[in-house]
Amino acid sequence: MEKNIAYIALFAALTIALGLVPQITLAFGVPITAQGLGIMLCGTILGAKRGALAALLILLLVAIGLPVLSGGRGGLGIFVSATGGFLISWPLCAFITGLIVEKWRTGSLAIVATLASVIGSIIVMYIFGIIGMAIVLDKTLLEASALITAFIPGDIIKAIIAGLLTSAIAKARPASLFSRPALNQQAK
Amino acid sequence: MISLTSPVETKAHSWRAGFKLTVLFLSTIVLFSIDNIFILSAFLAVVFTLYALPGMVFMKYGFSKLRILWPFVLVISIWHAWIFELVEGLTIVTRMICAVALANLVTMTTKLSEMIDVVAFLTKPLQRFGFNFRILELAIALVIRMTPVLLNKGQGLTMAWQARSTRRSGWRIILPFTLIALDDAEHVAEALKARGGINTLEKK
Repeated sequence: MEKNIAYIALFAALTIALGLVPQITLAFGVPITAQGLGIMLCGTILGAKRGALAALLILLLVAIGLPVLSGGRGGLGIFVSATGGFLISWPLCAFITGLIVEKWRTGSLAIVATLASVIGSIIVMYIFGIIGMAIVLDKTLLEASALITAFIPGDIIKAIIAGLLTSAIAKARPASLFSRPALNQQAK
Repeated sequence: MISLTSPVETKAHSWRAGFKLTVLFLSTIVLFSIDNIFILSAFLAVVFTLYALPGMVFMKYGFSKLRILWPFVLVISIWHAWIFELVEGLTIVTRMICAVALANLVTMTTKLSEMIDVVAFLTKPLQRFGFNFRILELAIALVIRMTPVLLNKGQGLTMAWQARSTRRSGWRIILPFTLIALDDAEHVAEALKARGGINTLEKK
């Protein structure tokens, strides 16, 4: 139990830190914050349940008014802004990403974790994000989608990085990979 | 970590957090059902008056938190000017600013401890099913304590990279960063166990 709490809290802290360290920008010099990557890692490393709880914990901190989102944003206003849908999807994204890594045991972990991040974190996040944007900005779903297509390539890069990182962590710290208890057990 | 609560103490600070959140919830529902630009403008004027009442410092701080909205204001305005529906565009933009400004007002006038009390109240039904709020409190405290620690270590990693390379570290720094978080989690778990574990946390 202590381990669960510590990992959930530390992954929430890691995701927050990834959004706040200004030097961590992704490839090609595009200033994409790595916070979305943090959510993917919550799923691929902690697995469905713990990953979702870590994401939920971050949302709770945002709601109670802490500046934990990239650029020091936070507070209740974020939930009703145009990007609120993306934020609300985080726990579900981490859950689905984690669930896919837990259940899909064949093939290379890097590829599975990348695909899990694409399905669980990109597709799910965009569905919620587009719906949220359509509501707040009073647009059709198609118009809302057009507004955010520019961000998809960046997110795909994040998913690939999440896959590579997960596979590297499986080698470096197999005992910490909760999404693959088999590896976890072997290490013990 | 500094909370987003306003540096200026206002009258609204003494109001109950639950009351403020209920009013916020109801007014957001009303806000999204209004389509008339004149009513929305009046709504916005009232919200901005609320920002102005506690004085300049409070107003400046509040408006600085609304700056994140400008990309959307710009895109929506250009879009609607392009399709000759500027009034509709203004309606959308005004409604969004009102909604975010109101919600931020609650965040700015409510202390972190009061918000945590609201969370305790809202999770009360779950506590019947064995949910221990003290564990959630511990998790919140851990994140607040460990985020600056991780940030420091992350900055240390970037500096170590910069000392060895002229190129940017980019995403390569994230692997050691994640490993640090995993190792810290292991240490924190052991430390919690050594202090009697979380079973000693009494339910409220």
